Amino acid sequence: MKSSIESHFSTLRQQAESAEFGMWIFLATEVLFFGAVFCSYAVYRASYPHAWKAGAGLNDAMLATVMTAVLLTSSLTMAMGVQAAKRGNSSPLRRNVLLTMLLGVLFLVLKFYEYYEHAHHQLVPGWDFSGYQGASAQNVELFMSFYFAMTGLHALHMIVGLGLLATIWVMAGRGRFDEAYHAPVENIGLYWHFVDIVWIFLFPLLYLV
Amino acid sequence: MTPTLVEPRSAIRESYLAGETGIWSWLKTIDHKRIAILYMVSITFFFLVGGFAALLIRFELMTPQGDLVDANTYNRLFTTHGAIMVWFFLIPSIPTVLGNFLIPIMIGAKDLAFPRLNLLSWYLFVTGGLVALVALLLGGVDTGWTFYTPYSSTYSNSAVPWLVTGIFIAGFSSILTGLNFITTIHTMRAPGMGWFRLPLFVWSHYATSIILVLATPVLAITLALVALEKLVGLGIFDPALGGDPLLFQHLFWFYSHPAVYIMILPGMGVISELIATFSRKTIFGYTFVAFASLAIALFGFLVWGHHMFVSGQSAYASMVFSMLSFFVAVPSAVKVFNWTATLYKGSISFETPMLYAIGFIGLFTVGGLTGLWLATLGADVHLHDTYFVVAHFHYIMVGGMVTAYLGAIHYWWPKISGRMYPERLGQASAILIFAGFNLTFFPQFLLGYLGMPRRYWQYDAHFQMYNVMSTAGASILGLGYVLPLVYLLWSFKRGEAAPANPWGATGLEWQIESPPPTHNFTTTPTVTTRPYDYPDARQEES
Repeated sequence: MKSSIESHFSTLRQQAESAEFGMWIFLATEVLFFGAVFCSYAVYRASYPHAWKAGAGLNDAMLATVMTAVLLTSSLTMAMGVQAAKRGNSSPLRRNVLLTMLLGVLFLVLKFYEYYEHAHHQLVPGWDFSGYQGASAQNVELFMSFYFAMTGLHALHMIVGLGLLATIWVMAGRGRFDEAYHAPVENIGLYWHFVDIVWIFLFPLLYLV
Repeated sequence: MTPTLVEPRSAIRESYLAGETGIWSWLKTIDHKRIAILYMVSITFFFLVGGFAALLIRFELMTPQGDLVDANTYNRLFTTHGAIMVWFFLIPSIPTVLGNFLIPIMIGAKDLAFPRLNLLSWYLFVTGGLVALVALLLGGVDTGWTFYTPYSSTYSNSAVPWLVTGIFIAGFSSILTGLNFITTIHTMRAPGMGWFRLPLFVWSHYATSIILVLATPVLAITLALVALEKLVGLGIFDPALGGDPLLFQHLFWFYSHPAVYIMILPGMGVISELIATFSRKTIFGYTFVAFASLAIALFGFLVWGHHMFVSGQSAYASMVFSMLSFFVAVPSAVKVFNWTATLYKGSISFETPMLYAIGFIGLFTVGGLTGLWLATLGADVHLHDTYFVVAHFHYIMVGGMVTAYLGAIHYWWPKISGRMYPERLGQASAILIFAGFNLTFFPQFLLGYLGMPRRYWQYDAHFQMYNVMSTAGASILGLGYVLPLVYLLWSFKRGEAAPANPWGATGLEWQIESPPPTHNFTTTPTVTTRPYDYPDARQEES
């Protein structure tokens, strides 16, 4: 393994610990980042429970269930990839990272299909919301604002994650990881799981309320 | 003097300023010391931009009529001044310049944990700054630095999306800097550098970094939602859809109140170093001062509602926020008392950094105590949105943070540049700044108390006297700021060469050459004593 330790660290262990510690702090900032939107959601949910129920009815819970399953499976393959990296097996690492990426792409395809459906049914707040004619249309539009903001933010994180996974896939192909050095794989794994967990909260809040 | 350790100084090692030169070598550097210099140059630029806006504001306010600029321009001026100074000068000031330069050296490391991330932070900062400047070139923003909705999201026709995008990007620079500092302090300490051997400068940056990583993302998402509302109509704060503009205020102050502690805690860390060095004593109650930083960071998250006493939030919420705001005064006062106790029976000398430090203690105390007036529910109803608030805020931010920043720049200048600054000139400008500052902002307490509202370009004629005093003070203050800029630049080329430890101070940064070599330490040092290990002043006398 050539020079995977950088000159300002004394040991590889110190370097790996720093990387993982830094990732956890980054995830803490992400929690606060999403937290502000979740908090705002909760405030309005308390104010407009009926509109929230009507709004969730506009979304396809069946499709979201499938998407949830896809994403959870991708977390499994990601975890298997990390395990392979820890054992220093580069080919199962690459296979699992590739699978994770494919599942991630499938999730995004389904997500954008859902956006397309909303646009088709004129349910896009701020643009054309004439598709909804029921009670308290303004509040329902507010709900759909949250829907687009939250799932959009999540999709953005997925896209970033796919880019990171592609990097890992290339690095693994060049034989950059072994039993001693695999901190990037673990960190990207943590990020991927975090993005999944965000969806685990979004799913009930936007589809099942 | 008992140096904690001494590097084997067999051969003078090449300084970080030598070696590769040329603009490109600086733009791709991952040396924390060079990145600190990059930040120093950038924030000085933004300080001048924000300062120029302040100067125009003060000149406009010399007369009661709106004669220099019209109301619309005036709104854009104070927004520019506020937004640029807060996000592009005060928040990055001490952390990114002195924190970057000193934290690795103070804990005996070769660099921050993530040097490339550190460089990325600077690029993000500069990108954010440029986007903010685009907003200014497009005519500026008229919402005030607080961007209250629905004015910012619906009604304002100024370049709001540009400015909030700039701040959003710069926010990620803050987050990454905080993340880098926390990780570095956890994992990069030299052998023997236990938590309670850390210099208080490092403790205060640790507390600051916690706020940076936990509060900044909330601002980022909030401003992103405002921009989305303005650009594509997602109506999270839109009253027409049942959205609540007050929610914006809650989210904004959830960041922006802790942010004022981002803007003062690093200053407090600097003062602890200066007071110990120039009174030749160990800091009184080290542990208390260290934990006071953490306490301020913690309480800082729980008091945001005191900005909203008259906004219509629940009276019970206001009572709780008021009480919690009083609690913040406790750790702040602990620091002031401990600094004062450190001075007691010390062998004090009044070099320029010490003048700034003493000035800080006085000005911060005035700023802090007037904060308690504002935290008092009844008093705040009278003082809210008057010049009293402006004066209070500037006593902390300018009297506190800018004073600490200048003190720090002078104190560590020999280390950073390898040159001594002219001492007499330094002392003169420190006194000039102190006098100019008080003349500028003390009258504003009186103006506010008498009822002059903030953010107006015209005012009642009977307020003029105090406003003229304030403007005169601002001119002195401006001169006081230009002086160091000139003589520090001069000394960088022509100053007397600085020894490794010109102040006879403790701390690892004084054990290595001035300016430090690229990798700071050839061999990782081992720390064997607590910080500020000065022989007791009284023992020295006897």
